[in-house]
Parts: sequence; structure tokens; C-alpha cells
Amino acid sequence: MTLLLVVEQGLNGLQFGVMLFLMAAGLTLVFGIMNLVNLAHGSLYMVGAYLATAFVAWTGSFVLGVVLSLLATLVVGVLVELIALRTLYERDHLDQVLATFGLLLFFNELIAILWGRAAIYTPTPAAFAGYVELWPRLRYPTYRAVVILVGLAVAALLYVVVTRTRLGMLIRAGASNRTMVGALGVNIRLLYTVVFGGGAVLAGLAGLMAGPIYAVQPGMGEQILIQVFVVIVIGGIGSIRGALVGAILVGMVDTLGRAFLRPLLSTMVSPNAADAAGPALASILIYVLMAAVLFLRPQGLFPARG
Amino acid sequence: MRHPSRTIVLALGLLVLVLVPPAAAALNAPFYIDLFRRMMIFAIAALSLDLILGYGGMVSFGHAVYLGIGAYAVGILAFYGVDNGFLQWAVAIAASAVVALVIGAISIRTSGVSFIMITLAFAQMLYYLGISLETYGGDNGMPLRTRSQFAGLIDLRDPYAFYYLVLALLVLFLVLGHRIVNARFGMVIRAAKSNEPRARAIGFSPFRYKLTAFVLAGGACGLAGALLANQTEYLTPDFMHWTRSGEIMFMVILGGMGTLVGPVVGAIVLLGLEDVLSAVTEHWQIILGPFLVGVVLFAKRGLFGLLPGEVARDG
Amino acid sequence: MRTRGRAVFVGLLAAVVAAAPAAAETVKIGFITSLSGPAGVIGKHMKDSVELALDHLGRKVGGLDAEVIYADDQRKPDVGKQLADEMLKKHKVHFVSGIIWSNVMLAVAPTVTREKVFMIGTNAGPHELAGEQCSEYFFTTSWQNDQTPEAMGKYMSDQGLTDVYVMAPNYAAGKDMIQGFKRYFKGKIVSEVYTKLGQQDYSAEITQIRAASPKAVFVFYPGDMGIQFVKQYVQAGLRGQIPVYSVYTIDEVTLPALKEAALGNWETRSWSPDLNNEANKRYVSDFRKKFGYTPSFYGAQSYDGLMLIDSAVRAVKGDLSNKAGMIAAMRKADYRSTRGPYAYNVNHFPIENFYLLRTVQTPDGEFAMQIQKTVFESHKDAYYSKCPMKW
Repeated sequence: MTLLLVVEQGLNGLQFGVMLFLMAAGLTLVFGIMNLVNLAHGSLYMVGAYLATAFVAWTGSFVLGVVLSLLATLVVGVLVELIALRTLYERDHLDQVLATFGLLLFFNELIAILWGRAAIYTPTPAAFAGYVELWPRLRYPTYRAVVILVGLAVAALLYVVVTRTRLGMLIRAGASNRTMVGALGVNIRLLYTVVFGGGAVLAGLAGLMAGPIYAVQPGMGEQILIQVFVVIVIGGIGSIRGALVGAILVGMVDTLGRAFLRPLLSTMVSPNAADAAGPALASILIYVLMAAVLFLRPQGLFPARG
Repeated sequence: MRHPSRTIVLALGLLVLVLVPPAAAALNAPFYIDLFRRMMIFAIAALSLDLILGYGGMVSFGHAVYLGIGAYAVGILAFYGVDNGFLQWAVAIAASAVVALVIGAISIRTSGVSFIMITLAFAQMLYYLGISLETYGGDNGMPLRTRSQFAGLIDLRDPYAFYYLVLALLVLFLVLGHRIVNARFGMVIRAAKSNEPRARAIGFSPFRYKLTAFVLAGGACGLAGALLANQTEYLTPDFMHWTRSGEIMFMVILGGMGTLVGPVVGAIVLLGLEDVLSAVTEHWQIILGPFLVGVVLFAKRGLFGLLPGEVARDG
Repeated sequence: MRTRGRAVFVGLLAAVVAAAPAAAETVKIGFITSLSGPAGVIGKHMKDSVELALDHLGRKVGGLDAEVIYADDQRKPDVGKQLADEMLKKHKVHFVSGIIWSNVMLAVAPTVTREKVFMIGTNAGPHELAGEQCSEYFFTTSWQNDQTPEAMGKYMSDQGLTDVYVMAPNYAAGKDMIQGFKRYFKGKIVSEVYTKLGQQDYSAEITQIRAASPKAVFVFYPGDMGIQFVKQYVQAGLRGQIPVYSVYTIDEVTLPALKEAALGNWETRSWSPDLNNEANKRYVSDFRKKFGYTPSFYGAQSYDGLMLIDSAVRAVKGDLSNKAGMIAAMRKADYRSTRGPYAYNVNHFPIENFYLLRTVQTPDGEFAMQIQKTVFESHKDAYYSKCPMKW
């Protein structure tokens, strides 16, 4: 186990965390400001992946395809908000969970009808295939490096928007006290739509970046959605900082757990026991982490509500 | 206080259930005995969830875990040659109750989405644990060697006997549930659901009551699990998956939360719909999805809740 | 005298009519597979193949009218079992066929065979049904789960490969695959890693592989897990350095999503679209014409299942009550299988060849798996001696 190995695994964890962050940021804002639990967020991720593949193939240009798909995902997100979600803001969380779960089922089948159930072909853009030599003997896939950079750039952008702009101020205010913001005369409806649209674009971005790495098929959102919920619960509802910290934490714990838990265990117990327990433990590690955080700080690490 | 229309519907419903086996025999369609029996077993599970969800306001995505624990209690004991039904089912209920105690003690400290997530996390943990238990088949699951034996009192291999036993248990749980929610215990839980600080101010400790309700619901669902194992004669960790919890939750909502009878209606309607729809098209989920949304948005009181009468919602 | 004669005549006539087989009977076949959800694509392959088989048979099985009832097991064993009950008690089928997943099969097969109805499996081959739980009413047209990795183990062993890194998902089928592999692989295994079922991101495991520097990698990653692993492996730049040998990872279901990412990878299988026999050539070309895509082994096995049933009904001349006759007929495997002629072992599992396949690019720019050589000839599974049946 060399230092380089640990560094590379750390990069893997960071990359996974960054993907989770893109999803978590949108979801936590929507939750924090609009008090809406949205399971269909995973569907927006899936829609982003499918649209990106379709547009890139159609226009033949990667950049154009990306821009078009992000715009299209924004449109889909806003439509979903206007048509289906407006009625849910006043409802309790259970209703929201169930209604958005129904939306999720609907989107899965819609995609299955339009594109079929089989996973579709999503190639890595030629410019990013290959690897970069970050250090002598540390080669890292270019594509994943790009994902990390994009993710961190978006995090920085969100930071600037949230702390330095008026919109960001409204978002922070809305996250900590929704009613007051409405009482102060802000157009809450518009704010909601903007926030939701932003979240949809972020989810779409995560989806389009996931395309070359993951299997793009109906239902691809569910797997990552659970992990995203774990992230926002750990990070604290409504807090982007919490989403970032939570996402990196979950990404690291999961990746490093998968990589090092079994070898670590086998130094303590017999190899057979490590073989049996290691994989099982690694798969539930993030849930154990979440349970621990909730036990100690039920509000999460950086709760938005004061 | 039951309103007449509800009582009538309940009585009619029970009558129909009683008449299913002879009707099935007359029509030479024994399959329907199995189908309705399966519906009733899930009705018991949904009923138990209603206690904590409809009355207690606890949205647990881990309720199906007890279905699995109850089923595996029966399965594992049978695996080692213990076929005594009394013992198996007692262990099923006890094991579920104990696990519910542990999960509840940790989860009930939180509320809202955190509660949902933590119950889901426990469901995932137990599910992955179930998959890795190779001795008991892992994710392949394991067959039930033989149905629970009751020392000659009742033979579960007889479809009619088994059917009426499940029906009797369903009625028993309906009665017990009715007693609980209308007793002081039930009042406290419902009070805590609608306004917890106030309940505390009056001097109750809602945590204890909620935990008790959680444990009771878990134990009841454990019995449903034991019944399910006997019904399918095959058990898998899949019984514990969180999507199973979602299905049971849907049954409760569809039928009418906080009515006890509603979940029974919901179970029957949902399982019936699935059976009919999946024979019609493979894309049945595109119908079920919006149907779920529609129910939540427009028929929030559920099918049974549409009938006039009180619903334990915002007391 | 005449009246009595007429009475006798009528009586004889009645006796003849009563004794004649119910020739106007319809053969009912219940086909259970996964039609909804992500696994639905496999179910589609199977259903389309069954339909093609019916077309080739003129929509008749063994000369009788046929009715196939499709059902969706949603990948759940208890739903599968309920469907089996429905097939038996409501539709009163004569045959139940299909089933992709081993855990569903283990729930369904005993239910069906216990009622003395035929279960013709067309994919899952759990070892329990090949060993102690074999039944004269159970036949399969596929293989026993372990056989496919056994073939890969043998091939890699014969090549003198050693220092192999082994990976599979952490569930029963994953463990079975590795076990089958190890039964014939005599080289050194560097590491045996089990990953979470349904895991999407393999960057951590791939990094570990690079650090361990094995000579080869053997994996079992069905469905979307395979797509993800293979794509990420290529992105990590390992493809040229450490070759990947797999089972049930790259096939005609996942190849359309992988394309050039799968190039150069090796698999073992008992069937391939390019297998050279009359029945297979007809199956593959008619399938492509009718459905517009290349069939997979799931489909070929389901096609064979229908053909096997047809041969049985034909042998007893439509007398579906003659079960012993149908058993004897099926045991002969006397039909034109897409894999060529094969025989049945005592446990009603095929004794068949296994081939080494490689992903290549065809002249028209598409990607396909092609047979490179035969690894096993007339290979028997490892569990048949535990089956008490003798015939």
C-alpha cells in the first residue's frame, strides 16, 4: 500500500464526491427553501444523461450538445415544477415523497418507451479519453480529472452566487425562514422556480457527466438518489456548504472503504472472515456514517435553519 | 365512533372475504384463494404500518424489514428442523419487536426527512446483511422446508384452513388496532403527531409512546412475515428491500391513512390492480405512477377515507 | 337382435370416441420472465425468440394449437412463485418455461414440478436443481451456472496464465461464478474481490487492480454492472496492459451500449450468433429480419425451449396426458437446437460444448462476439452425480 495508491484512491473519492455534490446541491436547496422532498430529482439526472447523448449525436459537436442538453433539462425541470410540483409545496413530506415517487416511475417508463429498456451507447468524448500523468507513476483518467475540475468550479460558482449576489441572499434567507421572505415582499413563486430550475440544471450536468462512466438506462437515477439523500442528511438540509462537505465525506468514505476495508480487516481477523465481512461492511458504510451523524447531530453538520 | 356507511362497508367486505373460498371452489378457480390470502397477509402488514404512519405520523421506509425478519425466523428455524408453528411464529414476533426496539430507539430521536432517511438506511443495512448470509441462501433466498406445524390443531397445507386462519388474524388485528388507537395510548400518539410540544407540555413523554407503537407495529408486521413465508414457501432478502416498504406505504395511502380498515382496502386494491395490469401490458408502471400521484394529490383520504367519518389526520 | 346390435355399435363408437386423445386440445405454455424494469430488455430478447419459434412452427406446437401466456416476475422470487401458481391453477398450463434468475427459479421450479407439470428452464441453472433437487419434470435448454466460468477457468489455465485478479458482485450468483472458475483454474489468484450488488463506480477497485499488477483480470458483472466496469476499465487505460476475461458480462444485450469499449475482451459461452449450424443460421437471420437486432444467448435458449416442447408433444402425438412419453422424448433432445446436437445428462441438464469468444469489429464497423475456439467438448456439470435420477 503505497502513498501514491492512497492519493489515487483519494482522487477517486473526490471525483465520486463531486458528482454527488452536483446532485445534492440542487436537492438540498429545493428542500431547504421550498420544503419539498423531490424524488424525481433522480429523473432529471436521467433526463440530462439521455438528452446529452441525443444532442451530441445529433449535432455532432460535444460543446453544442452539452449546451443544448443543459437548456433542455432546464426546460423539463421548469415544466415539471409548474405542472406537477406547485401543488405539493403546501403538503406534508409524506405526500411529496409519494407523489414524486410516482413521477419517478412515470419518467422511467417514459424513457423506456422512447429509448427502450436497454442501456444506450454513451462514448467518452474523444478529447478526454486517455490519462494525465499527475505525478511520475500516477496516471489518472483524463475524463475523471475533468469531472473533478468541473465539479469544483461549479462549487466555487455556487459559493459566489450564494454569498455575493442578491439572489444568493434571497436563497439563504429563504432557506432559514421562508415565511419571512414572503412577508418581506419577495416574489416567492419566481424564486422557487429559479431555484428549482437551477437544481434541475445541476442534476442534468451530473447526468451528462455520468453518461460516459455509468450505464445510461431507465432507472439509473435511483441508485445515486439514495446516496444523494444520505449526503444532504449528513450535510444538513438547505446548506450548500453542508452538501459539499457531506458529498466529499460520503465519496471518500465509500471509496476508501471499498479499497482498504478488506485489507485492513484481514490484518485484524482471519482472511476468510475479512473476505466475508469486508464487502458487506463496505456496502453499508455510508449508512453507518449517516446513522452516526444523525445520532450525534440530528440536524446534520451545517443546518441552514438557525 | 364509526359512521354507519363505514361499518356497512366493513361488514360487507368481511363477508366477501369469508365467501371467497367457497366461491372459488364453485367456479373451479382455486387460484383466487391464494391471491386473496396474499392480499390479506399484506393487509396485516399495511395495518401495522398505519398504526405508526397514519396515527403516529412516523414515515418509516424500513417497515418491510419486519416482514423479512418474521419470514426468516420461520425459514431459519425450519432449516434446522424446528417446524413447530407456535415456536416459529412466537420467535418471528419477538425478533421483529426486538429489532424494532433497537431501530426505533435510534430513529425516533429524529423526525421529518431525517427519520425517513434513517429508517431507509436501516432497511438497506439489513437487506445487504441478508444478501451476504450465504448459509441461508444469500440473495437466492431459501425455500421453506415445510409449512409451520401446529400439532394437529390446524394444517396449513389445507388451503381453506390456511385462508381462514389468515382472515381470523386479520380481524383480530383490526379489533386490537381499534382498541389501541381509541385507548389512552392511542390518544397520546395522535396528540404527539399533531403537536408534539403541546403533548410534552401536558406531561406525556411522546418518545416512549411512539417507541411502544413502533415496537407493536414491528411485531405485528413480523407475524405478517411469518405468514408470508408460509404463503410463498420461499423467502428472500428482497422481502426487506425499501421498495417493498414503499409498496406497503402505498397500500396504506391508497386505502386511507389513519383508518385501520383503509390499509386493508388498499392492499386488496393495489395487489389486485398489479395482477390485472401486468397481464395487460409490460409498461404497467407508467399507469401506476401517475395513479399514485393522482391518489396523493386528489384522493388524500384514500378510498376508504372517502366514506364519511373521522380520519385520524390533523386532530 | 338388431336393436342390441345397434346398441353395441353405439357403445363401441362411444368407447372409441372416449378413448381417442383430446386431439382438439390447445397446448398451453406459461412463459415467466422479467418484462418490466431494467432487466426487461432480457425478457424482451426471450419473448421475441419465443414468438419467432412459434412462427417457425407455424403457430402450432407438436401439431396442436398453442397458447403462450407471458408473465412478468419483476425479478422477485415470490412474485414468480405466485405467477407459477396462477399458471398452474388458473390457466392450467401444460408447460412452464423461461426464468432468467436463479433465485426466481429456485422458488418456481419445485412449485411446478411438484404438480407434475413440466418446467423447461431457458436460462437460470442453479446447482441445487442439477444435484439433489433434480426432477424428472425439470429440463433446461441452457446450462448449469458453474459451467460457463469453468470453461473460462480451463482456458486460462491451459494458456498458462497465472496471477489473476478476480472480481464479482457480492451475491449468490457472483460467488457461484468464482467457485466454478476456481474448479478448473489451476494458476495463482492474486486477489478475490466482491463488490456491492448494483455498484456503479469501480474506480476504487480498478485502482487496486493497477496497484496489484496482475497478468489478467477475471470478472463476472452482468447487466449494467458490466457496462460500467468495462467502460471505466477502458477509461483507466488498462485495456491494453491487463486483458479482461469475463463471463456473462459482455453479450448481445450489453454490447450495443459498450461497442468499442468491449473490443478485445474474452468470454466463454455455449452459444454465439456465429455458431455454424443450420438451425442457428436460420434463427439468427430470421430474428434480425423480424426484430431488427442481434439475438443473445437468452433468446437462443428460449427458442430452443419451445422447440424442445414441440419435439415432446410431437412424439406423443398430441396426447398431453402421456407425461412419461414426453419425458422420454425430451431426454433424447431430438430437435434442431441452435447450438447443434447435444445430449441430456441424468439431471436433465445439457451436455454441450463451450467456446471461447472475443469481441471483434466486423467489416461493416459493428461490434460482435465471435467464436475463437472450443474450450470444452460435451462438457458435463459438476453436480450430476448428486442427482438420484437414473435412466
